[in-house]
Amino acid sequence: MTVTEDAADLAPAKEVGKARRRKEDARLITGRTTWTDNMVLPGMLHIAVVRSPVAHAKITNVDVSAAKQAPGIIAVYTGADFAEEQGSIPCAWPVTPDMVNPGHPSIAVEEVNHVGEAVAVIVARSRTAAADALELVDVDYDLLPPVLDMEEAVKGEADLCHDHIESNTAYHFVFDAGEAGTGADTEQAFADADVVVSRRFVNQRLIPAFMEPRSVVVQPQGDNFTMWSATQIPHVLRVMLAMVTGIPEHKLRVIAPDVGGGFGGKLQVNPEEVIALLVARRLGKPVKWTETRSESLMTAHHGRDQIQYIDVAADREGNVKALRVRLLADMGAYLRLITPGVPALGAFMFPAIYKFPAYRFECDGIFTNKVPTDAYRGAGRPEATFAIERIMDELAVELGMDPLELRRRNWIQAQEFPFTTVAGLEYDSGDYDAATQQALELIGYDELRAEQRRRRESNDPVQLGIGFSTFTEMCGLAPSRVLGSLSYGAGGWEAASIRMLPTGKVEVVTGSTPHGQGHETAWSQLVADQLGVPFEDVEVLHGDTAVSPRGMDTYGSRSLVVGGTAVVKAAEKVVAKARKVAAHLLEASEDDLEFADGKFSVRGTPGTSMGIQEIALAVFAAHNYPEDVEPSIDADATFDPVNFSFPHGTHICAMEVDTETGMVKIRKYACVDDVGTIVNPLIVEGQIHGGLAQGIAQALYEEAVYDADGNLTTGTFVDYLVPSAADLPHFDTGNTVHAAPGNPIGAKGVGEAGCIASTPAVVNAALDAVRHLGVSDIRMPLTPERVWRALHEGGDGGARATAGTNAYGGAQTETTAGVSTPQSSLGGDR
Amino acid sequence: MTQINVRVDGVSNTDDVEPRTLLVHYLREQLGKVGTVVGCDTSNCGACTVHLDGAAVKSCTVLAVQADGGEVTTIEGIAQEGVLHPVQKAFHEMHGLQCGYCTPGMIMASIDLLKENPNPSETEVREGIEGNLCRCTGYQNIVRAVQQAAGEMAGSAPAAETTGAQS
Repeated sequence: MTVTEDAADLAPAKEVGKARRRKEDARLITGRTTWTDNMVLPGMLHIAVVRSPVAHAKITNVDVSAAKQAPGIIAVYTGADFAEEQGSIPCAWPVTPDMVNPGHPSIAVEEVNHVGEAVAVIVARSRTAAADALELVDVDYDLLPPVLDMEEAVKGEADLCHDHIESNTAYHFVFDAGEAGTGADTEQAFADADVVVSRRFVNQRLIPAFMEPRSVVVQPQGDNFTMWSATQIPHVLRVMLAMVTGIPEHKLRVIAPDVGGGFGGKLQVNPEEVIALLVARRLGKPVKWTETRSESLMTAHHGRDQIQYIDVAADREGNVKALRVRLLADMGAYLRLITPGVPALGAFMFPAIYKFPAYRFECDGIFTNKVPTDAYRGAGRPEATFAIERIMDELAVELGMDPLELRRRNWIQAQEFPFTTVAGLEYDSGDYDAATQQALELIGYDELRAEQRRRRESNDPVQLGIGFSTFTEMCGLAPSRVLGSLSYGAGGWEAASIRMLPTGKVEVVTGSTPHGQGHETAWSQLVADQLGVPFEDVEVLHGDTAVSPRGMDTYGSRSLVVGGTAVVKAAEKVVAKARKVAAHLLEASEDDLEFADGKFSVRGTPGTSMGIQEIALAVFAAHNYPEDVEPSIDADATFDPVNFSFPHGTHICAMEVDTETGMVKIRKYACVDDVGTIVNPLIVEGQIHGGLAQGIAQALYEEAVYDADGNLTTGTFVDYLVPSAADLPHFDTGNTVHAAPGNPIGAKGVGEAGCIASTPAVVNAALDAVRHLGVSDIRMPLTPERVWRALHEGGDGGARATAGTNAYGGAQTETTAGVSTPQSSLGGDR
Repeated sequence: MTQINVRVDGVSNTDDVEPRTLLVHYLREQLGKVGTVVGCDTSNCGACTVHLDGAAVKSCTVLAVQADGGEVTTIEGIAQEGVLHPVQKAFHEMHGLQCGYCTPGMIMASIDLLKENPNPSETEVREGIEGNLCRCTGYQNIVRAVQQAAGEMAGSAPAAETTGAQS
């Protein structure tokens, strides 16, 4: 055994790559948590919100007199009471210079534009007193026709969602590769093509459905305010609340304590957060608002909701020539924080991993009388991935090619990275072929194809299909200059600080606020390696603007890539500062010092060394340190990435379809994802699992349904089908690793990958099972009824799977809404 | 108001409650047992699951007055003298939680499942916890955790892990 190997054996194992169990768990598995709704403050009052039961109406009168007389009621406010100070819920992403923003009051003043919109606020001594008084508020509505169907809404004679603006179109966003100089002329490419395949896909409206309902507590202290909120974005929220309410930013502290999931759904400045702040200011008392689940499903922002018209051009050999995408994207009634930006972000992902020479994208953002849409896990990228991976299968059918062979023929080869796409993005690294080979082995592809043949030949009532999704996505949001070029209202940097405490313990402050992702664990691993300190000696602080003053929070698979890098950069600065002190104390030249495993040692002088934790104590005492430095080795860093990162992977679904009942069942699901360097394999696998569950749920279970009067008919977990353990399969997962060159960790981002990739794999699998029976599309979610209809009646299974049932838009609502349409009286708008 | 006597996590309580008060609201708002949480209005999500007289119940579906004279165990009462319950330990070990909001209910439901079926198959675990929704994990690691706990509870005395121990 050589000396070198001995040294390697003695060195502490690197933390990065270890399946560390999470630090967060200790409080979560014992119920010692700090959810916002747990908060109780002396004198705290409770807020309940009176909400519109109609989708579109003028408010003619609000009578709060009875509610004010009810027991325990402190105050009742209407929109008029706060009209002068509530401003508008901010929209940070004006995607075009002429985008129309109708304004978004937190409490409706003159009109309501979706069911569930706040029209009055009860403030009471107790939660129950507030809830009891809700029905005592009497609101008169002068009903207007609701705008609900995007394809109708863009017609010339359409009713208007907002009568003070000219049309239902918020913006028209175009990306044309020919004009941008990143591709050829798209129209010409289509004119010249041998084969053109065109499809219309519906990417249905979803609800993020985080498990912890939204909750906000505000405590006024003089002219200062502290807000606790179940939010993903305490930092962004603070800035935005200051801008909206005029409360100076330095008088406002926002804290996100333990937050129970978000998935983009808590990436918002909520009307109720503004309301709680204004009520606390008006009354000078602490207040709390916590939503019910039905309030959450009805009024927290939704996601997806696009009608996608997509055309692909190719030659007969299967070489793709051009891609053209036109979207109708449902904004809902208002523009919230990044409502318009979600489909625009997707614009860059439609070409996916394929070498399209030409590409044109157009998107109309459309107002409807529904709750606004905004970020939901993937935000634009799942929609794009669904459309491209679906139409690649359609093109393969048209050409009579194997769908995987078509993909292989057109995807970027491993040796071609970095590769600039027709959408102008520079993909960083990867190997699509390697991930695909591994996934094929993982799922047992050849045996499944053999079984599929057997079932076809025997006319088995249960048919088997296999579906692919070979996806990529853009993560690590985001390079600030790129965001600027896309007219986004902020940057995409992230901040971190490292504080070396006198006892050698380490506080890491991150601006990236977690809500279940395990930052405390992964950041500890990063810092343990960088500083050579024990994992247990690191504490990660976050989610409080007073503790962590600068940050951009958690979304867009950005935390490790951007926030983790800021932590690493701060650690590098700590080491650099400690090096000067070590040189001084060891009476050596800085250049002669080596730093390894937490110790500075003098090259060529064995036995002379000093630990970085000892140096922390030395600078705390500050009795002996170099003349030209400050007595501190703490450091801050802000990291602004220069490019996005591009995880990729191959997902394969094997699906059984019962042709007699329409029931679908995932037989096997395998995926191989390349998310770059893996810091904690346990957390990475968990993120993939969770993403898969949500992506599969879009394909099979979930859909936010409005009836013909604009009532959300999926307003409880009885009707909005978040899958249970029994509804999901076992996942076989694997990884390839191509480090991201854009950050020192090499991480690409994993939070959204499973959700982005899985949906088209599932739908492609179902279609592969029944395409020989004449089915070429089935509308999501693939309910048994839709599948059965597609098999037995043709078409895509219909817009509404189960007309006439409560869940799918059949509820008779004329009596409550006073609006009757032929569709509503027939039980839904199918 | 109605007076009830309920023993919760080993402590006897006598309290006046409105007859309409749900058990979960009594636990959270009157006893400060905020480890048990509310996730929905319709008894679908199971986040509020506790044990009432030894059986799992969704505490949003039980009136506090129905617990009168009963014994309630919450997520805060299952670690004994600082030693985690094997199911708690397994959720940590197998990464059976992310945001952790469903976790108290999921753990309480899993303990009840293992009482009825000490050695469940994967399918039996999935069906056994289908009354509890998790939005983060995709359930696979929860299933692993329940099976791991089953193994530990069936085997010899579990290795002690103190509450709050990490990794």
